[in-house]
Amino acid sequence: MTAYLKLDHIDKSFTRGAQVSEVLKDIRLTIDKGEFVSIIGHSGCGKSTLLNLIAGLTKVSAGAVLLEDKEVDSPGPERAVVFQNHSLLPWLTVYENINLAVAKVFGRTKSKAERHDWIMRNLDLVQMAHAKDKRPAEISGGMKQRVGIARALAMEPKILLLDEPFGALDALTRAHLQDAVMDIHSRLGSTTIMITHDVDEAVLLSDRIVMMTNGPAATIGEVLAVPLARPRRRVELSSDRTFLRCREAVLKFLYERHRFVEAAE
Amino acid sequence: MSIQTIEDTTVKAFPAKPAAVIAFTARARRRFDPLAIAGKLASALVPPIIVIALMLVVWQIACSSPTSSLPPPTQVWNEAYDLIAHPFFDNGPQDIGLAWRVLISLQRVAIGFGLAAIVGVALGALVGQSIWAMRGLDPVFQILRTVPPLAWLPLSLAAFRDSSPSAIFVIFITSIWPIIINTAVGVRNIPEDYRNVSRILRLNQFEFFVKIMVPAAAPYIFTGLRIGIGLSWLAIVAAEMLTGGVGIGFFIWDAWNSSRLPDIIVALAYIGVTGFCLDRLVAAVGAFVTRGTTAK
Repeated sequence: MTAYLKLDHIDKSFTRGAQVSEVLKDIRLTIDKGEFVSIIGHSGCGKSTLLNLIAGLTKVSAGAVLLEDKEVDSPGPERAVVFQNHSLLPWLTVYENINLAVAKVFGRTKSKAERHDWIMRNLDLVQMAHAKDKRPAEISGGMKQRVGIARALAMEPKILLLDEPFGALDALTRAHLQDAVMDIHSRLGSTTIMITHDVDEAVLLSDRIVMMTNGPAATIGEVLAVPLARPRRRVELSSDRTFLRCREAVLKFLYERHRFVEAAE
Repeated sequence: MSIQTIEDTTVKAFPAKPAAVIAFTARARRRFDPLAIAGKLASALVPPIIVIALMLVVWQIACSSPTSSLPPPTQVWNEAYDLIAHPFFDNGPQDIGLAWRVLISLQRVAIGFGLAAIVGVALGALVGQSIWAMRGLDPVFQILRTVPPLAWLPLSLAAFRDSSPSAIFVIFITSIWPIIINTAVGVRNIPEDYRNVSRILRLNQFEFFVKIMVPAAAPYIFTGLRIGIGLSWLAIVAAEMLTGGVGIGFFIWDAWNSSRLPDIIVALAYIGVTGFCLDRLVAAVGAFVTRGTTAK
C-alpha cells in the first residue's frame, strides 16, 4: 500500500532580492489514512511554512507533495485548514460562514435542504448549533475556533490541517477543544496534521509526533510514535508511563538537542 | 363600622397602585422612554439653536446700518419670504420653488455620483488587487485628482455639447478619485487569512469580489463614498453656475445678476442643509451595510 500523503524531498527557500533564505530542507514524510500527526518545533523553524506547503498556499521550491499519488501544488477544499486566528469572516454569521464553504464545495452535488442538514450536522459536531445566527464578534475565542473547525470539516476534506489551532486560547478552553478534536477524530477518522508548540498537546492527540530541527534549513529531526490506546483521557494519562516517556522524549529533543537559538529568528 | 370602611378603601386603593406601575414599566420596555428621548433631543438641539440665534443677532447688528452692502436677517425674511415659506411652488419655467431646484441638482448628483461609485469601486478593486495596475494607474490618479472640478467643465462642454451631461461629468470626475483611492486601500488591507480562505475554497474572481473583497473593504469604500458625495455637492453648485439651467447653482448666479441678495442667502441655507443630509445619508447607509465588518 502506498502512502496516503507523501512529502517527497521537499525544499523551500524564500528569495528577497538577491538574498535567498533556505527555510526547509529535504523534508521526507509519509502519512497514512486516518492518522493524526503533530509537527512540533521551536518558533521560526518553518513548521507553519510546511503546513502552508501541504495546503498549497505556498509553492515548494523543490520536491513534491503527493496526495493519493497525485501531486498537489495549489490550495483546495480537500486539504482544509483551520487557521490559528480562526479567520472567520466577521460580516457573516456562524451559519453563513460555514455555508460559504458548503455552497462552494457541495453546490452542485447536494440540494439546498441537504446542504442545510450538512451545515447543522457539522455545527452539532463542534457543539455550536446554538450559536448559528451569531456573528464571530459575538462569540468567545474558543467558540470561534470551534466554528473554524466546523467550517474545515464541512468541506469533507481528505486531510485536515490545523495550524496551531489552540495557540491563542486559555488553558481550560484549550483542553476542552483538544477533547473535542479527539472526539471528532475518533468519530470521523479524518487524517489530521496539526502544528503545535505544546508538548502535552502533541503527545495527547497524536499517533506520531514529527519533531523539527531549528532553522535555517530546518528538517525533520526525529519522528516519535505515541503507542497510547484510544480513547485517551487526559486525567488518566497524566500519570501514565508511556505518556510520560513520550513527553520526555519530545522535551529532550526540543530542549537538549535542539535548543532554541535566538539568532535563528 | 367606620374602621371597617377605612379598611375597605385602603384595600381597594392598594391593588390599584401596583397595577398602574406594572402597566407603566411594560410600556417603557416596549417603547423608548419619552422623557429620555426629550432630554436627548434637547441636549442635541438647544446648543445649536442658541448659537444660530446669537449669529443672527450679530448679523442683524452688523448689517443694520443703511450703508451696509449685505442685507440683515430681517430683510432676508421679508424679501425672500416666498422662497422660505413655499419651497414647492411652480409658476412655469425658471420660476419654481427652491426645493424643486435642489431636487434637479440632486438628480444630476445621483447620476454622476452613482456612475462614479460603480466605476470607482471597480477601478479601486483593480488597483488594490494588482500590483501592476497600481504602478501604472496610481500616478495618473494622483495627478488627475488634484485638478479642480471646474477645470474639467470647458473640456466636458466641448465633448458633450450640452450643459446637463457636462455637469454630470464634472460630478463624476470630481467624486471618483476618493472612491478609487479608498477602495484600493481597503482592498490592499484585506487580511491575508481571508485570501487564504478564498483560495482553499477555490472561489473564482467574481465570487472573491462579491463575497470577500467588497464586504471586507466596505468600511473603506464608504469612507470614499462619503468624501465623494461631499465633493459632488460642492461641484454641482459651481458647475451649474456656469452651465445655467434650473439647478440651485444657477439660481444663485441668476439672483446675483438681478441683485437679489436675500435670495442668495436663502439658497445658501438650502445648499448647506442638503449637503449635510447627503453626508448623513451616506454615513447611515455605510453604518448599516458595514455592521459587524469592523468588529474583530
